[in-house]
Amino acid sequence: MADHSAAARRASPFAEFPADWGPTVAGLRLSEGGPAARFILRGTDAVAVASGAFGVAIPTTPLRAAAGAGRAALWLGPDEWLLLGPAGEADALAASLAAALADVPHSLVDVSHRQTGLVLEGPGAALALNAAVPLDLSLAAFPVGMAARTIFEKAEIVLWRTDPERFHVEVWRSFAPYVRELLDIVRRENAVA
Amino acid sequence: MTQPFRTAAGGHVDRARAIPFTFDGKSYTGHAGDTLASALLANGVALMGRSFKYHRPRGVLGAGAEEPNALVSVSRGGGRFTPNLRATQVELYEGLVAESQNRWPSLAVDVGEVNNLVPPGVFSAGFYYKTFMAPAGAWKGVYEPFIRKAAGLGVVPREPDPDHYTHRYAFCDVLVVGAGAAGLAAALAASEGGARVIVADENPAMGGGLLDEPDLAIDGQPAAAWAAQAVATLVARTNVTLLTRTQAFGYYAQNFVGLAQRLTDHLAALPAHAPRERMWKLRAGRVVLATGAIEQPLVFPDNDRPGIMLAGAARTYLNRYGVKPGDHAVVFTVDDSGYAAALDLARAGVAIAAVVDVRPEPGEAAALAANAAALRVLSASVITGTSGRLRVSGAEIGKVGPDGTVRPVERIACDCVLMAGGWVPAVHLFSQSRGKLRFDDARGIYLPGEPAQAQLSVGACNGAFGIAAALAEGFAAGGAGAAPAVSGEIAPMGGGFQGAVPHHRDPQKVKAFVDFQNDVTAKDIRLAVREGFRSIEHVKRYTTNGMATDQGKTSNMNGLAIAAGALDKPVPQVGLTTFRAPYTPVTFGSFAGHSRDHLFDPVRKTATHAWAQANGAVFEDVGLWKRAWYFPKPGETMHAAVARECRTVRDTGGVFDASTLGKIEVVGPDAAEFMNRLYTNPWTKLEPGRCRYGLMLNEQGFVIDDGVIGRLAPDRFHVTTTTGGAPRVLAHMEDYLQTEFTDLKVWLTSTTEQWAVIAVQGPNARRVLQPLVDGIDISREAMPHMSLREGRICGVPTRLFRVSFTGELGFEVNVPADHGLAAWEAIWAESQRYGMAAYGTESMHVLRAEKGFIIVGQETDGTVTPNDLGLDWAIGKLKPDFVGKRSLTRPDMLKADRKQLVGLLTADPAAVLEEGAQITAEATPIRGRPALGHVTSSYASPAAGRSIAMALVAGGRARMGETVFIPMPAGPIAAQVCEPIFHDKDGSRLDG
Repeated sequence: MADHSAAARRASPFAEFPADWGPTVAGLRLSEGGPAARFILRGTDAVAVASGAFGVAIPTTPLRAAAGAGRAALWLGPDEWLLLGPAGEADALAASLAAALADVPHSLVDVSHRQTGLVLEGPGAALALNAAVPLDLSLAAFPVGMAARTIFEKAEIVLWRTDPERFHVEVWRSFAPYVRELLDIVRRENAVA
Repeated sequence: MTQPFRTAAGGHVDRARAIPFTFDGKSYTGHAGDTLASALLANGVALMGRSFKYHRPRGVLGAGAEEPNALVSVSRGGGRFTPNLRATQVELYEGLVAESQNRWPSLAVDVGEVNNLVPPGVFSAGFYYKTFMAPAGAWKGVYEPFIRKAAGLGVVPREPDPDHYTHRYAFCDVLVVGAGAAGLAAALAASEGGARVIVADENPAMGGGLLDEPDLAIDGQPAAAWAAQAVATLVARTNVTLLTRTQAFGYYAQNFVGLAQRLTDHLAALPAHAPRERMWKLRAGRVVLATGAIEQPLVFPDNDRPGIMLAGAARTYLNRYGVKPGDHAVVFTVDDSGYAAALDLARAGVAIAAVVDVRPEPGEAAALAANAAALRVLSASVITGTSGRLRVSGAEIGKVGPDGTVRPVERIACDCVLMAGGWVPAVHLFSQSRGKLRFDDARGIYLPGEPAQAQLSVGACNGAFGIAAALAEGFAAGGAGAAPAVSGEIAPMGGGFQGAVPHHRDPQKVKAFVDFQNDVTAKDIRLAVREGFRSIEHVKRYTTNGMATDQGKTSNMNGLAIAAGALDKPVPQVGLTTFRAPYTPVTFGSFAGHSRDHLFDPVRKTATHAWAQANGAVFEDVGLWKRAWYFPKPGETMHAAVARECRTVRDTGGVFDASTLGKIEVVGPDAAEFMNRLYTNPWTKLEPGRCRYGLMLNEQGFVIDDGVIGRLAPDRFHVTTTTGGAPRVLAHMEDYLQTEFTDLKVWLTSTTEQWAVIAVQGPNARRVLQPLVDGIDISREAMPHMSLREGRICGVPTRLFRVSFTGELGFEVNVPADHGLAAWEAIWAESQRYGMAAYGTESMHVLRAEKGFIIVGQETDGTVTPNDLGLDWAIGKLKPDFVGKRSLTRPDMLKADRKQLVGLLTADPAAVLEEGAQITAEATPIRGRPALGHVTSSYASPAAGRSIAMALVAGGRARMGETVFIPMPAGPIAAQVCEPIFHDKDGSRLDG
């Protein structure tokens, strides 16, 4: 068995890129959102109980995210949430949520590896995203704490504004290189034109 | 170095900066701020192009987007080549290389000019329709090549475009299109309160007509200075975005406006990473159109010689660029704006030989000014012809009598003729926004009517001609009260004279151009009417009037008026052709944006992609996925590689990446009931830890997807779908869940990308996995075919399926995707103890066909039922209902002669049939008799040692042993109908 323990090493969807995410361009930094524990929670009856177990009040207001203590819950639909937590807590989170929700109809599915995260931060972050995201990303229309499932050119993403000039992008793993490369191109072109 | 037509002072060019450039290989010098057209005029170059049909020499007609004549190609080398640019909008930069078009061998000596000498009538309206009719056989060989050679302007670039293009979505409260007087005023007023305002103007500098008015003062300031201050004010406001070199080209639903912004075309050196153009996809709360008006040419004989241009364009060249259009000018006008041009030019030292005014009397202000400047005014007069070959040298003047007849009076020598044919509002964008136009009878112009969207037209595009009127409307539109005071203006009145100017000459022998770019004359339009065309849409298509790249900006109204005259109807009754996007041509690159080359679509790769690549895989595209197709060894053909892979899988085993299969987790207390309704099979009694092959139908009863489905827990299923069907199946399920089965407590989550899937198939599959799994008993007894276990493999969690798509003992190892590569490498290393092969999708196809397993989309085409496929066993007969069940009992679905899945064995075992080939009962198909069916899959089978095929054949199951034929170009191929299974019919190999 020992021969195969190395098999536990992880390869991120960005394995084909250099490990270094490159310098900031005109103050705009692009980085990996990192491996994380990710779950899709379904079922409106589960919100109250799950909030207790998760430690973050899961939002029922459309298009809003709530975060705290390294965890976050993003509203994706009337009965759908994306729960994010530290990578190491996937098993523990799954167990505690499952235990708490044992008697409540719901669906909890681990999608930790289905998708990955990118973070774009710095002045002009919204402008760079708007090369491919068709939403109004002004602070008035897309305030801090807002999250939306949307498109990034030809990829589907979940976009979450965590600060006025900081966005977290969740994207399915096979689309992640496409999103990363486009964002990198766009921030460079926005720096000159 | 001399620029003979450059004025000593004035204009907005930077005279301190000399800019060298070439036109048709000859070197010239202009100034920073010039366009190619203004720089050429400054150098005395009047000849800039050749006309489309007659190859007549042409000069510049306008000074902006309306230009029909001066189309040039600009080349930067290295694939950077753009044809059909308007010289009036090409900004000069150091080293600009421009070429004229539509001429050979040179612009001055053009062989195609013989077209101009052919007898009248040959190239008349409907020329194409009349000439290329018969014989029909000549179309392909003679007519089409001729038309293709003659058609089109410019040449298509041959090299890939090295530039890149970008997009931007944007939002604003108010979009102002056009930054002339009205637009600047509207932007100033609208942005005062903090609203988000975007101003787009096609020119390099904002100001529009304000830059062409040296005598005009706004609040006591020169017009250009007022414009500069307005722009400075807007720049200082953080809520305002000013976009120059930006054309609003299309106006769509809900105030969605397309803007094409040129970013680098004006630069001598291209900055790294800079996109050439940015397309703005803009959503505006309100749109203010301040798009101005377009001066119209006058339709008189030989009105197209180089040196004949619009009077307003001449003012622009003089006042904006400091360039005289000539030394001796004749101004031909129908309203007061011609006088403004004459006065400007006279002051700049251009001799005004005459102002030829169609009207019996000029306007009062114009008359006074003309008098003061001692201009020679010929009232009630027209130009009836011109002379000069490569530049106009004289104008024939006629006097219009009280009865409308024209009497020739004199010839006036000149080197330029300025036409002031009246101004037509640029209602293109308004019309695109679906707003209805109304006809202003008094002025003979179309004006915006009721807007169809949250939109307002202001200034000249709304019929408010002149700076004072434009400012007033602009400020009012932005919500401000009073506009500043304007003095010193000779305002145009709008409208003017539409149609052909009267003359005394034989109308059959003269060419009075209406559409300069498509070479349509007044005679052509009258001929179209005589030949029976009544609608202006038909006249347009028959004559091609207004169908060139300029979309008739200077020809539609004159064409309409001539048609109306010939029909003896008022203009609005003849109709108006539709204004379509784009307003000016937009590059393909701009529309494509970043969607080209490897970013055309996302390229989806599995976790093992890098390994496959390093191990020589050839990939195939499956949807957006790259899948390993086969793994050739050095020097191995595809055929040999696939044969080796297939043999190895059956002899010892193979490893295959099945990650792209769609996966959906169906969870909830009603999960089994949901599965019962969505799939044909029964699910209630499937125990956790077991799998079943699932078949999905649409409402019509036809197979739309299939896959192995495992039950993880009473309330949890792991569904797999076809690779291509994954999103469709999820949507199909959600659709039913949200509309039909809202009573069910069950939820769907896509897990396609959560799991990397490694298929290990072959007699040694179990031996390979045995040392790698932890906590799972994978023995034959503990883990039978079609079972599922959760545990660990290589130290990471797994969902381990015992399934087979090859007919051999097989497992599919699901691991979280980040661990996919490591698990693959561990399994691969272990598999090498048994000499196993990595195999690709091609071998997967062969192996499953040998066993007669179908692939949805290959054996099915949307018209195939479970019974057609011999899959009745997959239908839960006792279930009360499932999607498609009712349709399966329709009489047509039960016919004995439906096309059924069978196998085919060719008489020649080496003959591999073509997939998709038709199947007939006779060696020589009988005309009118439908084919029996078609070949769905066909391969050289290593296991069978011969070719094999599957096919859908009418009544196929009753034809076992019959010979059918597959007619091919090289002759019919005979084949025998057989069961669709070619290997291990009793399934003994499933257990290894």
